[in-house]
Amino acid sequence: MSDTTITANRAATETESAHHPAHPSFQRHHFESVSQQFDATNFAMWLFLLTEIMFFGGLFTSYLIMRNWYYPAFVEGSHHLSIFWGTTNTAVLITSSFTMAMSVYSAQMKQKGKLVMYLVLTFILGLAFLCIKGIEWHGEWVDHHVPGLRFSDADFLNPKLDADVYKEYHDAPLSPEMAQNTEEYFFLYFAMTGMHALHMIVGIGLLGFIIFRARQGAYTSGHVTFVENFGLYWHFVDVIWIFLYPLLYLISRHT
Amino acid sequence: MSTATIVSLPDQSTARVPKMNFLTRENGLLSWLLTGDHKRIATLYLISITFFFFIGGALAGLIRLELLTPQSDLLAMDTYNKVFTMHGIIMIFFFLVPSVPATLGNFLIPMMVGAKDLALPKINLLSWYLYMIAGVMAIYTMIAGGVDTGWTFTTPLSTHYLNTHVISTGLAIFVAGFSSIFTGLNFIVTIHKMRCPGMTWFRLPLFVWSNYAASILMVLGTPVLAITLVLIVLERTVGIGVFDPAKGGDPLLFQHLFWFYSHPAVYIMILPGMGVISEVVSTFSRKRVFGYTAVAFSSVAIAVFGFFVWAHHMFIMGISNYAALVFSLLTMLVAVPSAIKIFNWAFTLYKGSITFETPMLYAFGFMGLFTIGGMTGVFLGATGTDIHLTETYFIVAHFHFVMVGGMLMAFLSGIHFWWPKWTGRMYPEKISQFAAVTTFIGFNLTFFPQFILGMLGMPRRYASYPPEFQVLNVFSTAGATVLGVGYLLPILYLTWSLKYGAVAGDNPWQATGLEWMTQSPPLTENFPQIPVMDHEAYDYEWLERQQQQEVASV
Repeated sequence: MSDTTITANRAATETESAHHPAHPSFQRHHFESVSQQFDATNFAMWLFLLTEIMFFGGLFTSYLIMRNWYYPAFVEGSHHLSIFWGTTNTAVLITSSFTMAMSVYSAQMKQKGKLVMYLVLTFILGLAFLCIKGIEWHGEWVDHHVPGLRFSDADFLNPKLDADVYKEYHDAPLSPEMAQNTEEYFFLYFAMTGMHALHMIVGIGLLGFIIFRARQGAYTSGHVTFVENFGLYWHFVDVIWIFLYPLLYLISRHT
Repeated sequence: MSTATIVSLPDQSTARVPKMNFLTRENGLLSWLLTGDHKRIATLYLISITFFFFIGGALAGLIRLELLTPQSDLLAMDTYNKVFTMHGIIMIFFFLVPSVPATLGNFLIPMMVGAKDLALPKINLLSWYLYMIAGVMAIYTMIAGGVDTGWTFTTPLSTHYLNTHVISTGLAIFVAGFSSIFTGLNFIVTIHKMRCPGMTWFRLPLFVWSNYAASILMVLGTPVLAITLVLIVLERTVGIGVFDPAKGGDPLLFQHLFWFYSHPAVYIMILPGMGVISEVVSTFSRKRVFGYTAVAFSSVAIAVFGFFVWAHHMFIMGISNYAALVFSLLTMLVAVPSAIKIFNWAFTLYKGSITFETPMLYAFGFMGLFTIGGMTGVFLGATGTDIHLTETYFIVAHFHFVMVGGMLMAFLSGIHFWWPKWTGRMYPEKISQFAAVTTFIGFNLTFFPQFILGMLGMPRRYASYPPEFQVLNVFSTAGATVLGVGYLLPILYLTWSLKYGAVAGDNPWQATGLEWMTQSPPLTENFPQIPVMDHEAYDYEWLERQQQQEVASV
């Protein structure tokens, strides 16, 4: 965040370094040392992630209550999601976390080429995740499963309407009241995956900025805080998905 | 009462406010709008929240004027609904929540822990911008026609039955919430990572401890409110139904999520005020705060217990009897750490050398009024009496005693106490003592009758009432006028003092905090060099030795 003037300051720092040997240019004026700066920003990032947990916590609580009340509706709703795409997306996201971890490692090892490569890979995998999510959302739109805007519970009153799903699960028809509650499931599905996607979009935007800065060598001169903290954010968004995937896709798949 | 005073000002014929300080270092609008200096951001906050306080205050004036007569004659019924809603929203989200933390906390915490700035100056500035964006949205809401859900946004009223500006208000509070999250986050990081050498946790001033506790609440509670408001907005725009019983949703779930934030929010509002009182009581009785550790931990205890009492707002909403029982018990528990504070302040006063400067008068006001507010909270926490008293004027009086009688008194106490540090000049003493007493009298006249009205059964949130309640309502409105004068006076004389106040010097109160060890107003990076904390907090003997040494060396 604070390293926009790195190159401009470098010359100045080098002449000053005789007087202040341990004062690199990326150290902000109000910190006593680089390690204090790193500790503070790192701690701040963890705290921010804590607020994010509380933010998603509201949705998870709603999910927990609704699922307890309307379990059959949640099960049949989940049968209309694509396990294939969901699993693929989970794999894509976990891989992107791996490339992100490698980016942080490359930054620490001061390998600029590898850093940029891993960041770009993370960027592409992030976009791939969003595209796949888009495909899934489009499917729900076509199937009239978008609550509020375009929703019909016909598929749950008469499961045979959707032949593919019926062939796989042989769902019994739900009572009219319970079939209505599938809208509640799809609402939570959209709210949770939507909120998650929003975090992905923010992350991808930041990633673009980081790639741009990494190409200028901003993170391979010893100042890895920003990349590290962004890595924490990226892994956090990944972990949220690791919870969403079983809760939304695999409801009836336990023994 | 003696006329003794501890104020020691430099010789006024030679004293000058230091030319180089954080206010004068840079000039021009941009140097303020792009500043990273915590003291400048605190100043920006102080001006903004004062602005919103007077909007909220004007709305309160309208409410009291309407209630002068039993009929709804000054305001139409639905206008009245909008007025009390906007009064609540502005006072809570735009004044009380940021009041002490964002102004005094921002200004003082880095100095109190001996740091040059908060850990994340840019995030600090961002929090002010978010606050201003939220403020503009709230003002837009008012101009566009207002909102009349009450500040609690009760569903399905807010989602299905009203056609006022719920969305823009909800989004405004969402944004304001992030401003307070960032303030809290910054405080926690600063207190953990930026303390100067020798500044251990138990040498921190109690103001820092209480702001730390409030920051925990901000960081953990506010995001829950944020997601709840997102759901409300989605329910109104897209038509989803997590809170809509017609679609299988649950309005009680909204209540749980809303109060999970909004009850801790009460402690976000009061805890920093308690920190101010600890500093002021110690300074003006020349004694270390009695039971320092107990007071420090009671702040944290309030923060922890505060998260487990939210359902006492829902006793009449159909939660199970067992839940009501447990939450009632937990509510009684949270009274314990609050009482610890009150008792410890009382013991600090015991055998102290008490003087009665303005901050101390406000602090006495706080202790009396907060005690009454807190005790009546126990009535409301008991399930039996709550059924009778909730949604009446008793509850209005209760939370105004805590919020206005407590927090606002503490805020004004703190503003007067640190005014010399902030501006380098003293406020005028006599008129400010008059203002403090006026506020106390006006406050009691306004809100005490409301306890009686509530006991008699006058419901809140109605523009009209049966004629037999008029006498008490006239008392209340008259008191509000006095209270208004009490709040206007500081604005006038504090502005006056910016130019004509006596030069304060570094430490006019002979207080011990690190913030008093630097010039007033401070330098941009607070201290010429990073201080070393070599004594306990509130060590007045250390201060005395220090001053003797200075005299000897001169």
